[in-house]
Amino acid sequence: MSNQTLEQLAKADYEWGFTTDVEQDILEPGLSEDVIRVISAKKSEPSWMLDWRLDGYRRWLQLAEPHHWAKLSYAPIDYQAIRYYAAPKQKKQLQSLDELDPEIRRTYEKLGIPLGEQKLLANVAVDAVFDSVSVATTFKKELEKHGILFLPFSEAVRRAPELVRRYLGSVVPQGDNFFAALNSAVFTDGSFVYIPPGVRCPMELSTYFRINASETGQFERTLIIADKGSYVSYLEGCTAPMRDENQLHAAVVELVALDDAQIKYSTVQNWYPGDAEGRGGIYNFVTKRGKCAGRRSKISWTQVETGSAITWKYPSCILQGDDSVGEFYSVALTSKHQQADTGTKMIHIGKRTTSTIISKGISAAHGQNSYRGLVRIQKGADGARNYSQCDSLLIGDQCGAHTFPYLEVLNPTAKVEHEATTSKIGEDQLFYCQQRGISEEDAVSLIVNGFCKRVLKELPMEFAVEAQKLLGVSLEGAVG
Amino acid sequence: MTTPMLEIRDLHVRIDASGTGGTDGEAILRGIDLVLPAGEVHAIMGPNGSGKSTLAHVLAGKPGYEVTKGEVLFEGRDLLSIAPEGRARAGVFLAFQYPVEIPGVGNMYFLKQAVNAVRSHRGLEELDAMEFLSLAREKMKLVEMPEELAKRGVNEGFSGGEKKRNEILQMALLDPKLCLLDETDSGLDIDALRVIAGGVNALRGPARSMLLITHYQRLLDYIVPDHVHVLAGGRIVKSGGKELARELEDKGYGWLQAMRAPAG
Repeated sequence: MSNQTLEQLAKADYEWGFTTDVEQDILEPGLSEDVIRVISAKKSEPSWMLDWRLDGYRRWLQLAEPHHWAKLSYAPIDYQAIRYYAAPKQKKQLQSLDELDPEIRRTYEKLGIPLGEQKLLANVAVDAVFDSVSVATTFKKELEKHGILFLPFSEAVRRAPELVRRYLGSVVPQGDNFFAALNSAVFTDGSFVYIPPGVRCPMELSTYFRINASETGQFERTLIIADKGSYVSYLEGCTAPMRDENQLHAAVVELVALDDAQIKYSTVQNWYPGDAEGRGGIYNFVTKRGKCAGRRSKISWTQVETGSAITWKYPSCILQGDDSVGEFYSVALTSKHQQADTGTKMIHIGKRTTSTIISKGISAAHGQNSYRGLVRIQKGADGARNYSQCDSLLIGDQCGAHTFPYLEVLNPTAKVEHEATTSKIGEDQLFYCQQRGISEEDAVSLIVNGFCKRVLKELPMEFAVEAQKLLGVSLEGAVG
Repeated sequence: MTTPMLEIRDLHVRIDASGTGGTDGEAILRGIDLVLPAGEVHAIMGPNGSGKSTLAHVLAGKPGYEVTKGEVLFEGRDLLSIAPEGRARAGVFLAFQYPVEIPGVGNMYFLKQAVNAVRSHRGLEELDAMEFLSLAREKMKLVEMPEELAKRGVNEGFSGGEKKRNEILQMALLDPKLCLLDETDSGLDIDALRVIAGGVNALRGPARSMLLITHYQRLLDYIVPDHVHVLAGGRIVKSGGKELARELEDKGYGWLQAMRAPAG
């Protein structure tokens, strides 16, 4: 492809880059124990929650930022220059969704997430998180009929303290890593889900994260517990305004699946990626981990990562229960000057545990895309199996794709397979499409979607269509 | 006099290596003149390396070639200034010698995209999934294409013969005015050749012209051309009726290559 094509490719527009003008309750930049006490007080938390945060903060102080191993390059982050809390001012507790600030409602409507009672997405319950707080949660009552809790995290701390105390940090402890420790100290909102035994959640649950305030980080925490024999499918989406500064997003997601439970967790990540020269964009440092604690439990991660200046995330599965199953399906697209170091960890502990990893990396313009994945078969994991497939697609000649697989097999009965390919979108493929009347731009999008098909089909239907469009938009301008 | 479908005037072409950082190659086409009236089928024959496929590629707008001299008129319009997809939408169709695989993209989905791109260019309404499917089923009978192939990715895992059938299926669906068939007979057994030739013959008509590019006379037993041109050394060195193909089969290309005028 010509240089001109690549330049246009890198300049594709980000249509979610607007800001919302609302009156804010916002903290001055900086991090200290006092700031953590203020956050905890704003959320009217019990003292055990504050202590847990402070423990996280003390651990964070002991940890160093993990600079050495990930294939990422960025200027040091000044953690004292970040605001750790920002929330739109609300006069009182909302009695119904109709009382929501019209500006915020309009923001979500522009993003395609209607929150008005009449226009709710059919069969999808939404928790809308705006900067540091949850501003609306739909279908709460309907879900409670089934005994399902789908709450903003702050509310869960008050309404379901036993569950929160029991499971918070049980999969990602406060001191797990630098960013997880930071999150433990300052996390604001996020979603809490509990599915009671034997219940199949009747609708998709989803959280839509929106960063709006400037100089502010978003540090949400999500905890999903699927009790014995239950099933839930959960989705998250994310966007942010276009700014020249880099904003930090350091989230933690913990999943727990008990005996025979299944959790399907899907992400469509579209944080602002920065401009064509690499200015601005979100730094996305996220720790996601699920524990298949029970026998025959299953956790499945599906991610479509198209945004962020930097993506550092490894949604992982601890396969503790015998016969448990872990899956990781990933599409990561880096264009402009985006960098992604993403993959998974599959830790096989139980007998006959199986895991599948399908990773599709797409690099265009100056994008750098790394797959990093660990498969560890512990001593007692008799008959464990893993299959990994990592494919990379390059568009242009200034981008890069890298694969870093790590295998640690401590049990001789294990079967581990790994396949990897790297290919370039061929001039021949493009010309073939063009010769059939399809424009070069549509052809690129067609070829990329074909490449990602195995992963996209794992997404719930409505979101698969969204993700396909997003891949097209992220590569927009690819006409030579 | 009516405007011909295709008129090629003194066309000179060389390899354009500027995109790959190499130096530009030598001339491949050295002054082609050709008039293809509407409704006619012409065959371009010639030895390997004579520039046959280059001619098809240049007409379809494949990157990597530089036209150094001459012009090409398609229904009287300058063809070379139109982008490849624009040529396709205007009615130029190339049946590829080596059809390309596009993994994961469903063949039917791809064909529907193509058909609708062409239809909307022509001011026709786009077909919905059901309308397209019934059209595709009808055309698939033409090339005896099994339904199962329609469900796979574009040319993904197709045999050589299946790929060629898929090309003719696309030709039937896109309803082009000018068909360029590049070595459509290569790699086909006699039964497949018969089926494909049947499909091509069914598409002949007064408003459609075809350029058959082939090395062998065999194809021309099934698709009988109105005229035959022999390409050698980047020029048309002899033109004649369909009997010229038979003559070539008997005598080979050697006697014609000797006739080739000095390059200049």
